[in-house]
Amino acid sequence: MRDPASLALATVLLPAAAFLLLALVVPLRRAGRPAAYLSTLFAAGRSPARVRAWSISARGGFSLWTWPWIPMEAGALTSVGVLADADSTLMLVLVAGVSFLVQLYSLGYLSDEPPASLGRYYTYQSLFAFSMMGLVLAPNFVQLFVCWELVGLCSYLLIGYWYQRPEAARAAVKAFWTTKAGDVGLLIGIVLLYRQAGTFDFLDLLVMVDSRTLPLAGLGAITFCIYLGAVGKSAQFPLHVWLPDAMEGPTPVSALIHAATMVTAGVYLLVRTAWLFDQTPEVLEIVGWVGAFTALLASVLACAQSDIKRVLAYSTVSQLGFMMAAIGAGFASAGFLHLLTHGVFKALLFLAAGAVIHAVGTNDIFAMGGLGRAMPQTFIVFLIGTLSLAGIPFFGGFFSKEEIFAGVWVGGLSIPFAMLAIAAFLTAFYMFRVVFIVFCRHAGHGHGSEGHAHDGPLTMTVPLWILAALSMAVGIGFAVKHPEAEFVAPGWITPLAVALALGGITLAWLTYQRRAIDADRLSGAFALVRDAAENRFYLDDAVPLDLSLVMLLGFSRIIGWVDRYVVDGVLNVLSAWTLDAGDRLRRIQSGQPQDYVYGVALGVLLLLVWFHWLG
Amino acid sequence: MGLQAYLTLAAALFAIGLFGVVTRRNTIGILLGIELMLNAVNINLVAFARFNADPAGFIFTVFTISITVAEVALGLALVILIFRVRRTAMADHLDILRG
Repeated sequence: MRDPASLALATVLLPAAAFLLLALVVPLRRAGRPAAYLSTLFAAGRSPARVRAWSISARGGFSLWTWPWIPMEAGALTSVGVLADADSTLMLVLVAGVSFLVQLYSLGYLSDEPPASLGRYYTYQSLFAFSMMGLVLAPNFVQLFVCWELVGLCSYLLIGYWYQRPEAARAAVKAFWTTKAGDVGLLIGIVLLYRQAGTFDFLDLLVMVDSRTLPLAGLGAITFCIYLGAVGKSAQFPLHVWLPDAMEGPTPVSALIHAATMVTAGVYLLVRTAWLFDQTPEVLEIVGWVGAFTALLASVLACAQSDIKRVLAYSTVSQLGFMMAAIGAGFASAGFLHLLTHGVFKALLFLAAGAVIHAVGTNDIFAMGGLGRAMPQTFIVFLIGTLSLAGIPFFGGFFSKEEIFAGVWVGGLSIPFAMLAIAAFLTAFYMFRVVFIVFCRHAGHGHGSEGHAHDGPLTMTVPLWILAALSMAVGIGFAVKHPEAEFVAPGWITPLAVALALGGITLAWLTYQRRAIDADRLSGAFALVRDAAENRFYLDDAVPLDLSLVMLLGFSRIIGWVDRYVVDGVLNVLSAWTLDAGDRLRRIQSGQPQDYVYGVALGVLLLLVWFHWLG
Repeated sequence: MGLQAYLTLAAALFAIGLFGVVTRRNTIGILLGIELMLNAVNINLVAFARFNADPAGFIFTVFTISITVAEVALGLALVILIFRVRRTAMADHLDILRG
């Protein structure tokens, strides 16, 4: 088994097996903890094979392992299987690793859940792990789309895990609707592409692009449609509104699905098909602008949040914007690099935030305070994650973020570059705002939440430390040995990036720790922006929610009318007829034997006439 | 006299019997009508046996007669039982199976 594809395939089937076991064997699922152990073990299983698949693929080349699917008269329409190359196997390692750590962490985080709910949770987790791996390794658009929808479904199910809470149910529906709006675009794009090229296959398409046999007319519309799918999934403006609401799900879910893996599927899709997007530079420019704008918008919004998970959610949106901006500038590899490092440190931040929430029992940062002393381990790992996100040298996100800056500048998008610079400054600011408020200063309102707060159990701290070590290792590793960039970056990029990060941190320190700057006066200086940001720039209220509500209501009304008048009407008419006919036929049964004899005699006579004269 | 005469007689007898069954109000009258119809069948059987020189018809007739006897005995017993319970033997009063 030296073939990376077969190694990868074997690892994909493990979570699938876990899902089937949990879905079909009901007593196992209802048992709760055994189901959790099974799912976690299956997620961890064969990790060496994944790493080996990556280490083999990283040397270059690819390996493909497919079965034909959807038979047609002229051969199979498409195939399912595994396309293992450097990108997909690296992503596979990330997905499987974070998935395992999150499942391990959930053992501690969800320890108070009833067994049946816990089993349900792990069933969804296994399904998600399988579908996300299937998406990552997809050799063609069809498998990618199927898995794309599956991860969307898992996201919906897991956001609505506490479905008894109306906010959670509403957030789940909102996430489903909003991403579905983008998915329609993706589906249209895929079908159009098939009409244009006659294949769904990545490799065939790549060959066509390389040999310049792919017709370019109308390709812009196709790539734009595909990009729409990524806009929905990766929470780009204007479809970013679902991601902050998705925080209604359990925190480990937010870490796995809404930070590290699923939301990056859109970025991954664009990285995967970068050669296709290179054919349509005008669409790439849109990608870059929208990405940079999303990064800026979300980082402004993050500054106005008081819910720790929402800060992180907007930060995720913002970082996704960074990745998209790099892709838009034509340097997909920089975006992909940031995707990977972001996956590690954002999962770390979410899990650490989850540990805080687990200990304190609230999401409101102003109700916390001074937790650094009560939860030293959590404080340290959260700080490592924050420094990575802010882009401090020797931490996880520094190199990849700098790469994005350089890429966007070299790509010639100077205004998006400025937006990203402001966003990076704000990133450092809002993250350290959280750090100073939650961990450093004393609880100002006398909640005394730090009194009984303490670090989580071992199942929660171990994943945190592993992720923290990984982000440190990535940062130091890149500092020692740069992967060579495809472009020459100007020398002032690095000092600028560091200065922006340090500036943000300093501002946060002055405002929230030293209180040299009054927080109210600071926000008062930006009153207009603050008011707008507190209302999320009216985006949630204005377009998508009302639209989806109106559509939902209209749709429900139509369905209700059809149900009431067409379905019920047909049934009512049929039953009325049956009753009426039965009432008439009833009268034949007179109960008089002589009538029956008469009937029999008449019947025999009719038969005689029938056979004798008509037959 | 040919076969046709016997068959005509049997048909007439059958029709009379059927008429009796359909029109009589008294249950015993209905039973008598049934007897007539059965005897019409017997005449048919004997006539065919005679004219086709096939003794099977005679044997059948003997069976039919004996079964008829049993049927009448059973029928009369039922009528008496009904009369005891319902104090009537009129067929149009016995309509508890009406739908």
